[in-house]
Amino acid sequence: MKLSVGPVLYYWPKDRLLEFYDVLMDSPVDIVYIGETICSKRTLMRTEDWLELGERLTAAGKEVVMSTLVLLEAESEMKRLRRLCADERFLVEANDLGAVQLLKGRPFVAGHSVNIYNSGTLRVLSEQGMKRWVFPLELSSQTLEDMQRTRPDGVETELFVYGRMPLAYSARCFTARAHNLPKDDCQYRCIDYPDGLTLSTQDDNRFLAINGIQTQSARTINLLGELDRIQALGVDILRISPQSNRMDQVIGVFNRCLEGSLDLEEGSGRLASLMPVGPCDGYWHGSAGMDYVA
Amino acid sequence: MQTSRVCQIRLGYPDMMELVAPAGNLPSLKAAVDNGATAVYFGFRDATNARHFAGLNFSPAKMAQGIEYAHRRGVKVFLALNTYPQPEGWERWQSAVDRAAELNVDAMITADIGMLDYAARRHPDLNLHLSVQGSATNYEALRFYQEHFGIRRAVVPRVLSLSQVEHLVEHSPVEVEVFGFGSLCVMVEGRCILSSYATGQSPNTFGACSPASHVEWRETSAGLETRLGGVLIERYGKDENAGYPTLCKGRFQVGDHTFHAIEEPTSLNTLELLPQLKQAGVVAIKIEGRQRSPVYVAQVIKVWRAALDACERDPENYSPDEAWMSELGKVSEGTQTTLGAYSRPWQ
Repeated sequence: MKLSVGPVLYYWPKDRLLEFYDVLMDSPVDIVYIGETICSKRTLMRTEDWLELGERLTAAGKEVVMSTLVLLEAESEMKRLRRLCADERFLVEANDLGAVQLLKGRPFVAGHSVNIYNSGTLRVLSEQGMKRWVFPLELSSQTLEDMQRTRPDGVETELFVYGRMPLAYSARCFTARAHNLPKDDCQYRCIDYPDGLTLSTQDDNRFLAINGIQTQSARTINLLGELDRIQALGVDILRISPQSNRMDQVIGVFNRCLEGSLDLEEGSGRLASLMPVGPCDGYWHGSAGMDYVA
Repeated sequence: MQTSRVCQIRLGYPDMMELVAPAGNLPSLKAAVDNGATAVYFGFRDATNARHFAGLNFSPAKMAQGIEYAHRRGVKVFLALNTYPQPEGWERWQSAVDRAAELNVDAMITADIGMLDYAARRHPDLNLHLSVQGSATNYEALRFYQEHFGIRRAVVPRVLSLSQVEHLVEHSPVEVEVFGFGSLCVMVEGRCILSSYATGQSPNTFGACSPASHVEWRETSAGLETRLGGVLIERYGKDENAGYPTLCKGRFQVGDHTFHAIEEPTSLNTLELLPQLKQAGVVAIKIEGRQRSPVYVAQVIKVWRAALDACERDPENYSPDEAWMSELGKVSEGTQTTLGAYSRPWQ
């Protein structure tokens, strides 16, 4: 199985972001997804900057995938998307059917927001050139098993195994709302929250994380302990979603467990201490996503 | 803008906007038809549609009666099959599509690509509408669904601004239907799994958001608490009216503040935008609320019929009647309404 690092879902200052990728260049990660997927107003990295970063990561031996916006509304967003889809240097991750349409005739990756819930959908998209799909977050290992059985030839399966989970998208910016600011004067407040802004219930249960127009789980999904089953199900790629601190250690734990030089239980224990709030894995076991079963 | 209107007339679309009403059961369907709906939408009594609530929806016999009642009065009937089947449920969903094709419905409203593909190949005469659960917010996505499955119409998520709706309609290969009134989803429909994060069941998988089976009401010393999947959604003071704990409409703490961090309990109401929506070339206005009572359906459809008629008669001088607004306000969630994504702070 290969290791991938998903797109950075947060808005990090440019130097910090580039530093993050510098470290990744020397890490045991095979595939790196880059690009802005959440908010088109985040422009510290322009399209040219992402493409240039892609070149550097490629030169460092990484497979680079350009990931794209999940919520596409404005024509300016479509224009940027067209440019990414037309650039044949990089594979593109489509996170909306609009991108799938623009990638017609080219191989592409379908992100988890494309909603591939059954074999029929898997087949239709593979006929359109999909070479890899990311399993939807809310589905169970049983559903994955059923879908792997009829997976078309040549299609790779990627599983989101670590990170705060994307749960919802809106046109409204919740970070701006939390600061009582209108979206068109958001003052880029999301840059102050490198792992999202934690939202708690009134009885202090850290429940969700706000990341601009995206809502995430406060807890971090961790499927490391399920590695044997994941392997048995024929998953090709494990996706780790970036967090601001100690990503090198997270990647290191996954890599050593994959190599067999670290025990899964010990690895999971180490990961628990690296998370902003704590672990969850409920979806995988067919229960509420926030539950921790393992 | 002008082009799209001319285009619509040429293609033979009705020039009048349709009023698409919710029907959770036969009495609601009749209430919608009798009060001026141009179309009603409903679902089977199972998880194949996004209002899978206890006691709601139609048995086959009631469905046949409903279709006959509507068609006799010149009202169209749309069937919602708009959840996302997984392999384990595929055959049940597939047979629901087959049943839909046998019924004399005017369209099937669907979101899942596998289902659309099956319906388009197996039942080429079945008229397909893309459900709001299909999350299509741009015309390239609409082109995808039109080219592959021949959809005729799309219901678009409640996240677009007016200018975005105008732009979408202008470039869309299919008719566009928008939500006009009812409970407001602030998230892109089809891409929100908050409900399953807390309960294991979501609109996509189960056909319900914040399902009643996971709701608790607790009287505590701090006030009445509502919980979903054990998660505290809201705590009500003595003078506050308690509402249903829809996950995104609770009060939460962010930093030092406790507030409706995602959305207030409120309903969408676009009554004042009717002339602009018509001018944009929107073909139909959808009213949310299959889970609501026949009385609600009658009241809301009556107001919207009057408003649509007034707008058709004289769009330039149209403005919503105060009585209409107050009538709609009364039946709204939290008795308040919003323009949602059409309002400025969202942009």
